[in-house]
Amino acid sequence: MRRIISMLMENEPGALSRVVGLFSQRGYNIETLNVAPTDDPTLSRLTLTTVGSDLRIEQLTKQLNKLVDVVKLADLTDGAHVERDMMLIKVRATGAVRAEVKRTTDIFRGQIVDVGPTVYIIQLTGTSDKLDAFVAAMADAEILEVVRSGVAGISRGEKVLSL
Amino acid sequence: MELLSGGEMIARALEDEGVEYIFGYPGGAVLHIYDALFKDCKVPHVLVRHEQAATHAADGYARATGKPGVVLVTSGPGATNAITGIATAYMDSIPMVVLSGQVQSHLIGEDAFQETDMIGISRPIVKHSFMVKRTEDLPLIIRKAFHIASTGRPGPVVIDIPKDLTRPDAKYEYRYPKTVKMRSYAPAQRGHTGQIKKAAKLLLAAKRPVIYAGGGVIQGDGSELLTQLARLLNYPVTNTLMGLGAFPGSDRQFLGMLGMHGFYEANMAMHHSDCIIAVGARFDDRVTNTVDKFCPGAKIIHIDVDPASISKIVMADIPIVGPVQSVLTELLAQIDVLREKDSGLPDQSALARWWQQIEEWRASHGLFTGRRYGESDMIMPQQVIESLYRVTKGDAYVTSDVGQHQMFAAQYYPFDKPRRWINSGGLGTMGFGLPAAMGVKLAFPDMEVACVTGEGSIQMNIQELSTCNQYNTAVKIINLRNNYLGMVKQWQDMQYEGRYAMSTYEDSLPDFVKLAEAYGHVGILVKKLADLEGAMEAAFAMKDKLVFLDVIIDPMEHVYPMHIAPHGSMKDMWLSKNERT
Repeated sequence: MRRIISMLMENEPGALSRVVGLFSQRGYNIETLNVAPTDDPTLSRLTLTTVGSDLRIEQLTKQLNKLVDVVKLADLTDGAHVERDMMLIKVRATGAVRAEVKRTTDIFRGQIVDVGPTVYIIQLTGTSDKLDAFVAAMADAEILEVVRSGVAGISRGEKVLSL
Repeated sequence: MELLSGGEMIARALEDEGVEYIFGYPGGAVLHIYDALFKDCKVPHVLVRHEQAATHAADGYARATGKPGVVLVTSGPGATNAITGIATAYMDSIPMVVLSGQVQSHLIGEDAFQETDMIGISRPIVKHSFMVKRTEDLPLIIRKAFHIASTGRPGPVVIDIPKDLTRPDAKYEYRYPKTVKMRSYAPAQRGHTGQIKKAAKLLLAAKRPVIYAGGGVIQGDGSELLTQLARLLNYPVTNTLMGLGAFPGSDRQFLGMLGMHGFYEANMAMHHSDCIIAVGARFDDRVTNTVDKFCPGAKIIHIDVDPASISKIVMADIPIVGPVQSVLTELLAQIDVLREKDSGLPDQSALARWWQQIEEWRASHGLFTGRRYGESDMIMPQQVIESLYRVTKGDAYVTSDVGQHQMFAAQYYPFDKPRRWINSGGLGTMGFGLPAAMGVKLAFPDMEVACVTGEGSIQMNIQELSTCNQYNTAVKIINLRNNYLGMVKQWQDMQYEGRYAMSTYEDSLPDFVKLAEAYGHVGILVKKLADLEGAMEAAFAMKDKLVFLDVIIDPMEHVYPMHIAPHGSMKDMWLSKNERT
């Protein structure tokens, strides 16, 4: 099952490599990875998605929790949550396709953030599934470049991942 | 307010930490530190002949004393040479603090002379590591390193120190913190009471119980409580390779070691048990054999200070996360409460039947004594260990290397006390035995320390004979020489039709007696069984001498029992070359 694991870690050099290293060391896969500072300058928030059986995910979260740089950890998929992935996609936009790309972007509530004579850059935010669907919908256009931020997530309601 | 340089801070912090020995080797990046140690430091430094030996010696010291071992090495090759020893300590959860020099801060990343990314290289084999960025952080970082290394599930911690941060002319305020608080590090202090109650209930309802205790009981100083629990309930106990000595080895209730080369009765009891209480053990693959077939009828109580050890391999029915001492104390109290209500617990007639079964197993295929393969003058390896046991009255510290000799020592030297059996269990590091023995002997100079080894392992750190000469560490080396890499040969006999690929030395071995003498020690060659006991006694009679006892043994012997793998269960064992369960 796909899991979204989010953690607060010490904003120290080497902390990220410990988390990432653990995955290769113990044979887990990271599907997406997103890491950035938080409102507290001593902490970074890292969110990753991975796939595995319940047993394997339990072992993984225990191992992550053991890392001294990991301060707090939550499996967001344990409860209701909001998840977002952001994509920038550059497509060839010429001739009839140019209008079609614009229409599809509107349907997906994306934005064209850069317009060139032959290319569009489209920004789209949503769940990973939605982003995948958009890429599939662009099948007739020539996709030049895709960049995704990786999933960021947060629990719904009162549940908070903080110190 | 006292002003100290980085080098002086390190020297002082090690004093303040109560360190008894530093095991190390100097080099460019740590010269400021060495100069500070030389000028003013009460902690003696032991100069090894190879950095790997520094880590093993610190490791041996730590295993014997329970206190963190301390290592000091230079950057680059000094650091990488230490890696095998750090990994050895990591796999066996041994507290250790390794200080490694690093090139000057402004050179980092430039492929400078003797530069290596020590933090990166050691990352998967440390409990934690620190890269020092500012000299003034050194005292707190050192305190944190000792705290992390020695609490919770212990392990090695690396501190990487760029040379410029230790220079003598840059002085900063030194204050050594007494305590340390870390928001992201809080090992469990006690187990969950509800879980412990459940465990007590399950344990008392058992009809075929086994106590399965590992190295965690020794590391957590829980041997007395474990013994109390076993004696109170009259339950059988088995120890892992790492746990030997956690329960008295010569006690009737002891079933011997379990696992791949475990005792027949221990493996049989585990397989047929209805309730296994695992204490400080981690269901290693050398214990379980095929996991799917592991102890099919047993409910499992698993006590460990590391939550990640629980249900990693075998699902626990009752997991308890906590230090072994506090959990066992509470478990004993809960057992008392339940027995006050029902004094018939546990079921004595069921227990009597269980013991009868165990005694039958023990009588049928208990530990082999005697000669297996026809009449001969050759010494059997087991006889050497038995002789060592007699001569040392079972009270020596025994370190070992890795291979057949390690298993023979584990099987034939019953350890009655914790911390007496010192071996590389998890990583299986050849070359561990001699430097580890040095560390033990320095910690306990008045005790007998024997290193049981083979001609393969001993040559992996033979240079330490020179260190032993310098510091007069009078250990006894018991070299079980069969002129093969014995365990490799055993597998080649069993699985490769006796094709001895690279497991022989073709008459290239040194004369170990002369070698010992060249290093300033005593060497004794033993070829005949009739000479064995006398030579062993003579070796231990030389109190202040390192004696290298080179014993020629029967090369045909294998270690038995041996789990049948793959696809076998705990109860599937080879009992000899042609006998199996």
